[in-house]
Amino acid sequence: MRLAAAALVLAAAGCAEPVARAPVGPELFAVIPGPDGHVGAIVVRSGGTEGTLDRAYAARRIAADGTAGPATLSPEEVRREFGGTLEALPGRPASFTLYFLEGKDELTPASRVELEKVFAELKRRPAPDIVVIGHTDTVGNLAFNDKLSLARAQRLREMMIELGIPSERIQAAGRGKRELLVATDDNTPEPRNRRVEISVR
Amino acid sequence: MRKSWILVLALAAAAPAVASDIGQVKVAKGAVQVEREGKRVAATVGMPVRTADVLVTGADGSAGITFSDNSLVSVGPNSVFAIDKYRFDSTTHAGEFEGSLRKGKLAAVSGKMVKQTPESMRIRTPSSVMAVRGTELVVEVKEPAAAPATR
Repeated sequence: MRLAAAALVLAAAGCAEPVARAPVGPELFAVIPGPDGHVGAIVVRSGGTEGTLDRAYAARRIAADGTAGPATLSPEEVRREFGGTLEALPGRPASFTLYFLEGKDELTPASRVELEKVFAELKRRPAPDIVVIGHTDTVGNLAFNDKLSLARAQRLREMMIELGIPSERIQAAGRGKRELLVATDDNTPEPRNRRVEISVR
Repeated sequence: MRKSWILVLALAAAAPAVASDIGQVKVAKGAVQVEREGKRVAATVGMPVRTADVLVTGADGSAGITFSDNSLVSVGPNSVFAIDKYRFDSTTHAGEFEGSLRKGKLAAVSGKMVKQTPESMRIRTPSSVMAVRGTELVVEVKEPAAAPATR
């Protein structure tokens, strides 16, 4: 049955070359350096083979017959083949860190200046959305800090809505004590870790 | 200042966000459509994307999406990219992102979930599965030379 179907396709395509399975198009995978020069890694698994690409412009090609092999692209080839695609990548999210006055619902003077920068960044983007992410220091357990950090983020979110940001464009999240700005032992008060991050994207 | 804000953001003219939104179209040039529940609609900047959406670009099209974990994905002309699976926990950064590039060109910058869990982002192609351990990459899937043009 499969043979008959394959023969039919071949006849229809007027193709002389017998193939054992449906033809695939050639594929190409490559790792490219980020704007800061950082190079990551990808793993490409095809059939029984696997290739890890972890150098700048390291590539892997899958031929039409399904065979996979390593390759290297030049920066020029990447520009030529993927220039338009890379150009369509959205702008990288920008991050701003703000602090509240100790025990108050009010931002520190420095953070009020930082908030102006957030608004300037919003103007630069075509359809901006915002995530407000709360962080705590390590005093207290995980669940307590998750809740506290979310409450802090929600408070700043409300403030930004009052300043005119449409509520559907702004979300709040709480990271608790999972992402410290300053590394400390557990149960250590550290004002620099009690912060709110605004991600504009 | 307040007034200018409302103006700028009103221009984005986005549909209201709902819980199932996992990202937003940030760039749309030329012919770009989103296939959702069997219907195709023109993609616009600011449009929310959801799991199971399929992004389809024409010969002059390209588009870019920012996902909720800050992953960035763009596609070039004549491309078909499906978002098969997406979940992200903004507290723990645990998540999973599976997409398929059926044809065309794709560029991606991995986000917070990959930083937390390498290989949690995977892109399928007709012949392969690519697991992302970090940051920036490009993929191309050419159409089979001998096969009838299907997607």
